[in-house]
Amino acid sequence: MVRKPRLAVFKFASCDGCQLSLLSAEDELLAIADAVEIAYFLEARTQQLDGPYDVGLVEGSVTTAHDAQRIRDIRQQCRYLVTIGACATSGGIQALKNWADVDQFISQVYAHPEYIQTLASSTPIGEHVVVDFELRGCPINTRQLVELVAALVQGRQPRVPTYSVCVECKRRQTVCVAVARGIACLGPVTQAGCGAICPAYSRDCFGCYGPKEQANLVSLTGHYLRHGRSPDELLRLTRSFNGYAAEFREVSESLSESGS
Amino acid sequence: MNSHKLPVGSYIRFEKPQLQAVIDRLRQLGYRTVGPRRVDEAIVYDDLRSIDELPVGYLDYQDGGVYRLRHSADGGWFDYVVGPHSLKNFLFPPRDRVLEAHREPGGWRMETPAVDEPPIAAIGVRSCDLHALAIQDRVFLEQEYVDPAYRARRANLFVLAINCRRAAATCFCHSMNTGPQVTRGYDLAATEVDDHFVVEVGSDAGGHVVTAADWVPSALADVERARQQSQALKRRMQGRQAAAATRPRHASSAAELGPAAELGPPAESGRAAELGDVPGIGAVGESDVAQHQPLGRFLDTRELPELLLSNLSHPRWEQVAERCLSCANCTLVCPTCFCSSVEEVGDLTGEHVVRQRSWASCFTAEHSYMNSGTVRKTTASRYRQWLTHKLATWHEQFGTSGCVGCGRCITWCPVGIDLTQEVAAIRGDES
Repeated sequence: MVRKPRLAVFKFASCDGCQLSLLSAEDELLAIADAVEIAYFLEARTQQLDGPYDVGLVEGSVTTAHDAQRIRDIRQQCRYLVTIGACATSGGIQALKNWADVDQFISQVYAHPEYIQTLASSTPIGEHVVVDFELRGCPINTRQLVELVAALVQGRQPRVPTYSVCVECKRRQTVCVAVARGIACLGPVTQAGCGAICPAYSRDCFGCYGPKEQANLVSLTGHYLRHGRSPDELLRLTRSFNGYAAEFREVSESLSESGS
Repeated sequence: MNSHKLPVGSYIRFEKPQLQAVIDRLRQLGYRTVGPRRVDEAIVYDDLRSIDELPVGYLDYQDGGVYRLRHSADGGWFDYVVGPHSLKNFLFPPRDRVLEAHREPGGWRMETPAVDEPPIAAIGVRSCDLHALAIQDRVFLEQEYVDPAYRARRANLFVLAINCRRAAATCFCHSMNTGPQVTRGYDLAATEVDDHFVVEVGSDAGGHVVTAADWVPSALADVERARQQSQALKRRMQGRQAAAATRPRHASSAAELGPAAELGPPAESGRAAELGDVPGIGAVGESDVAQHQPLGRFLDTRELPELLLSNLSHPRWEQVAERCLSCANCTLVCPTCFCSSVEEVGDLTGEHVVRQRSWASCFTAEHSYMNSGTVRKTTASRYRQWLTHKLATWHEQFGTSGCVGCGRCITWCPVGIDLTQEVAAIRGDES
């Protein structure tokens, strides 16, 4: 019998939603537990086995000096390091602080700011260590996670598309909300994987899977601006869960300059 | 009620509500009847059981990246044109299961799922889409490899076609010789004239089904009027073509759009009044159908394959790539685009595998991915591949253009890229 791959799941600055996606894979959970050895997954079991691990899934972004060191240690323990979710992959919604004064936040939010130790920025795991694969989404999609685990177990490349959300919209035959309703939608620049949920409910894609391959935000936001959208609205749209991803950041910073 | 079968080529007329009897007959015969329905602010093909479900009176306003519906008390039963769906959605569905494999002692057991669906009867199909159907037939049925699922669905298709009385600003069937008058591939072809339909029988099946209606033979004058409606529309579209040829192209579409070109909310909400200013979206009685309509685009097809293939390094490819999102919408709404990708979806045990086919697009990186990487790395190379295939090399491959002038790729491009403008630019009509 071949040794089962050892899986570890680590949490950084995050809401735990992506780890929960693994736990809510109820139909596949027993099969996963059968296929891999869950060596370290604090949210699922108290047993903590030491590394090295074959696969490390990392949720969350780096917001403290302690975490900046911890991710380096984890990287050394993991053969494959996979980021799961928008926080780990692009810094998450907490990366909004990268454009703000963190000391001001701390003094306003906490009764005893002196106990808070945080960095001025929220940064993706990939800014600190080499990442082997990114699983996108806020939260990640359970089906994609199972596909990732299956691919790792079977020693093949995971089938995770990098094309636009539009492809999923058209496959599920959703009428385009941007064209038919005039809604500013990020679907054409956002990576697929969610199954195009939001447009199916007649609302915009707000980019929670981050930029797709060769995302052309300059063209899309330029089009929306020419058709009556305000720079402020587009700034808020592009600066959300994946706002710190390079392609989104570039355009939101330019919108911010033109709006101010 | 008449119960005999009418011969192919006969013309009859019946009052509009009699269409229900035709639908009922089709359903009695076991067809799944689909037709135009208003869903999510667009007219799409969907299940149609009752004439009460038809979007009667709705008109579609279309332009690059814009589609809006507006209701008009004077609108006919079929005065909208084409929406994002086409017959492709039914005959070559977005997702299909082509093979299942199960591991058993001694090897794999393979199963090809049979097409186990009721036959489709499509109501309200336009001429451009029937030409697209003929092109997909050529792709899926008339080449070396025949697609069994397409063949099974296609063999039982029933088509009740409608002759357009109106064109959207994105239509250019007249340029592609694919309309507006229905000329091929129908079981019944209907024209709205006042409060009745003039119907031509196009097949034995049509001749049988149509007798469910309370019909009378069509007078020659009715047939002539129906024909003249189509011809008048075509002349007006060609008139636009002549006008387009004598004035700068860039003045044409933007000026006509007015405020509705803005990405406002759909017709029902407060901004709807603005649409009233737009030609073709105002009140449409029969005379209005002839007078107040956008007259479509124009594509100069003269020596088009030679033009495109001798301009593979034209700077326009890079310019359009700056606007192109490579999001794939144009290819997915195109009624002739046929690309798909096949993926094996296995479970964690590796014991059960399903081979799934899904719509794919030449605008994605994975489309040209080979073991050494993606061949067409840039958006410019993908746009060029799509346009030159559609309008040029399609001729070599299938003996026909890949474009039927339906205008869907223009309307449903989120940033409104217009292939007729791109071709004109390469031709040097516009820089």
